[in-house]
Amino acid sequence: MTKAAALLLAGSLALAACASDEEGGGSASGESSSGGDLKIGLAYDTGGRGDRSFNDSAYAGVEAAIESNGGKVSELSPNADASNRADLLTQLADDGFNPVIAVGFAYGDVIGDVAEQYPDTNFAIIDSSVAEIGADNLTGLLFSEEQGSFLAGVAAALKTTTNHIGFVGGVDTPLIQKFEAGYFAGAEAAKPGIQIDSTYLTPAGDFSGFNDPAKGQIAAQGMFDGGADIVYHAAGGSGLGVFQAAAASNKRAIGVDSDQYNTVDDPALQAVIMTSMLKRVDNAVEAYIGDFVDDNVAGGEDVTNDLSTEGVGLATSGGFIDDIQDQIDDYRQQIIDGDIEVPTTR
Amino acid sequence: MSVVRRLGPALLAPVLAVVVALVISSAVMAALAVNPFDVFGVMLDFGETPGQQITAMVVIVNRAIPLFLSGLAVAVAFRMGLFNIGVEGQYRLATIVAAAAGAAVTLPGPLHIGFIVLVAVVVAALWAGIVAVLKVTRGVSEVISSIMMNFIALGIASYLLTGPFRGSPEGASIIATADIPESGQMPGLNGIFDLFGLANPPRQLYGFLLIAIVVGVLIAVLLNRTRFGFDLKASGMSPSAASASGVNARAMVIKTMLLSGAVAGLIGLPDLLGNTHSYTTDFTAGLGFLGIAVALLGRNKPFGIALAALLFAFLDRSLVPLQIADYPSSVVTIVQGTIVLAVVVANEIARRVARRSAAGGTAAPSGGPTAGDGSTGAVPTPPPPGSTDQRQGAQL
Repeated sequence: MTKAAALLLAGSLALAACASDEEGGGSASGESSSGGDLKIGLAYDTGGRGDRSFNDSAYAGVEAAIESNGGKVSELSPNADASNRADLLTQLADDGFNPVIAVGFAYGDVIGDVAEQYPDTNFAIIDSSVAEIGADNLTGLLFSEEQGSFLAGVAAALKTTTNHIGFVGGVDTPLIQKFEAGYFAGAEAAKPGIQIDSTYLTPAGDFSGFNDPAKGQIAAQGMFDGGADIVYHAAGGSGLGVFQAAAASNKRAIGVDSDQYNTVDDPALQAVIMTSMLKRVDNAVEAYIGDFVDDNVAGGEDVTNDLSTEGVGLATSGGFIDDIQDQIDDYRQQIIDGDIEVPTTR
Repeated sequence: MSVVRRLGPALLAPVLAVVVALVISSAVMAALAVNPFDVFGVMLDFGETPGQQITAMVVIVNRAIPLFLSGLAVAVAFRMGLFNIGVEGQYRLATIVAAAAGAAVTLPGPLHIGFIVLVAVVVAALWAGIVAVLKVTRGVSEVISSIMMNFIALGIASYLLTGPFRGSPEGASIIATADIPESGQMPGLNGIFDLFGLANPPRQLYGFLLIAIVVGVLIAVLLNRTRFGFDLKASGMSPSAASASGVNARAMVIKTMLLSGAVAGLIGLPDLLGNTHSYTTDFTAGLGFLGIAVALLGRNKPFGIALAALLFAFLDRSLVPLQIADYPSSVVTIVQGTIVLAVVVANEIARRVARRSAAGGTAAPSGGPTAGDGSTGAVPTPPPPGSTDQRQGAQL
C-alpha cells in the first residue's frame, strides 16, 4: 500500500512539475489557415497523410476546396491500432469543425453514433453507404470501383501477350472484392476465356495486407512466374511490391486509386506501370465541400461517383495504352449508357 | 526515509525508464525544432470544461482496461519464466467465439454476460494450453509455438468471421458477427459521475472496469498469498531449486499457461460487451503485443501493470490533441518506444544496484526476481543512476 502511495506521489509530482514548466507556452497552435470561416475536419484512415494514395487524395480535395472557398483544415490520424476513431470524430466535432470528413469505410462502425451526438455538424464518410449507418447529417461518398476496374480489365486483356493476367487484392473485404469483380468482368468481356489469377494478401480482419510490400511482391512474383504478364493491384501500400515484382520480371502492372505513374519515385518502377485505375477521392471531397458551402448538402444520402461523373477512370500517363484508347472509350460509353452492367461481386 | 530506502529499488527501474524516455524524446523533439515542453503541455491538457476533462479521463481508463488485462496475462506467465507471446491470438480467437456464442443465446442479464465471459476465458485458456502441452510433452519453446499459434488463431478468426459466424448482410463494407442482444451488453459506469455530482460525459465508462479490478486483485492475491503463487515465482527464479523442493515443473507450466490464457481471454471483452457488441473486421488488434510492453513497464506486478496501462492509455489519448495542435503525433510513438527500451535497460541497472546493496548489507532478496530489498542493510554508497534519476525527475 505504501508502495502504491509512493509511486502515485512520485508520478503526480513528476507530472505536476512538467505542467508548471508549461505556463504560457502551452497554447501554441499551428493549424494551417488561409482565412474564411470554413473549418473542415479530416479524419484519416490508418496510414494517415503521406500514403501517396487514398488519404493524400482526400487531402488534395480539401486543399482544392480551401483554395476556392477559403477556410482551414484540421487533420487527424488514428493511433496504431485505430481504436480511437470515434475520439477523432468527437474531437473534431467538439472543436467546431464542420463539415467533418471521415476517410475510409472503417469509420462506418463509429460515425453513426458520433453523428447522432452532434446533429448540427455535417459528416461525410468515404466508401461507406449512409443506408448502412442511417444518420440525417451524414453523406456517403461512394465510388463505382467496379466500373473503373472493368476498364482496367479491358486494358489488361487487350495488352496481354500470354493471354494470362492477375489480380492482387490487399485485404479480402467486400470493398476490394468490387475491384476484383469489375476487373474479371472487363477482362472476360474483352477477351473471353482469358486466364486470370487472383489472390488476396491477408484475410478479412487482418489489415496488414494494405501495407505489406513484401507480401505484394511475393504474390505478384508468383503470378508472373506462372505465366501472367500483367497484374492489377488493389492493395494500397503493398502495391509497391507488385511494381517491384513486375520490374524484376520485366512484366507490367496496373496501379490503383491515384495515378501511380506519377506518384512512384523510381523510374524503373514507373516504366512498368501500364495504367492506373483512378478513384477520384479528391474530386468527391472537393465537390462535397463545395456543396456544403453552397448549402446544398442534403444529408442522409449517398453521392455515387462513377464513370459518368469521372469519379473513377483509367490513367493514361506514360502513353502505354494510347493504342487501345478507342476500345476503352467504347466500353466506357457502353457502361455509362447502361448497355453493360458491371457486377460488384464475382 | 526508510520508506524511500525500502521502495527505492522497486521504484527505481520504472521511474528511471520513464525519465530516460522523456529525456530521449525531448532530445528528438528538440532536433525536430519542436519545443518539448509545449508538447508535454498539450499532452496534459484535458480540455477546458469539466465535461471535456471527464471525457478525457473516461477515454484513458477505457483504453487502459484492455491494456491492463493484456499486461496481466503476459505477466502471469512471465513470473514463472514463460514468455507468452501468444496473448494476441488468444484474445482475438476468444473474442470472436464469445461474440458469436453471446449472440446465439438469450439469457437473463448477468447470466448472459457471465456466459460470454466464461466462453472467452475457456477458449483462450485452451488455446494457450496447446502451447503448454507442446512444451511439456515435446519440449517446444513456448516463444516459438505461441508466435506460430498467433498466425493460426488469426486465420481461424478470419475464417469464422467471414464464414460460419458472419452476421452482417452480404455486401456490407464491414464484416461483423451478429449483435449480442441487450441482455448480454454490459452497462456503463457513468452513474458514478452523477453520484459525485460530476459532469456526465457522452462516453460510457466501461462496466468491465469492475471485473478488471477484481481480476487484478485476485491475481495479486494468488501470486503473493498462496502456495500456487509461491511455486510459480519459485519456478521462475530457479527451476532447479523449485523442482528440488517438490514443485512439479510440468504441471506448473500447464497451470500457468492456462491461467495466462484465461486472463488473455478477457482482453477483448471491455470493447465487446461495453461498446461494439459484435466482433468486426475492425476489432482492435495488437493489444496482446502492447501487453508485453505494459507488463515489462509494470515489472510484472498487478499494481505496476495498472499504472503502466494508465500511462500507455494517457500517451495514446494525447495523440488527438497533439494533432489538433499541429504537433507530430509520432512524438507519442517515440515516447512509447523509448519507454520500452528504457525499461529493459533500467531493469538491468536496478538489478545490479539491488545486488550491490544486498551484497553490501545483510538484506535478503525479496519481492520480484529482479528487485532487491535493502531495508535492513545499510546502503554503502548511494547508487549513482538513482541519484541522477531523482534529479532529472525533479527538473521535469
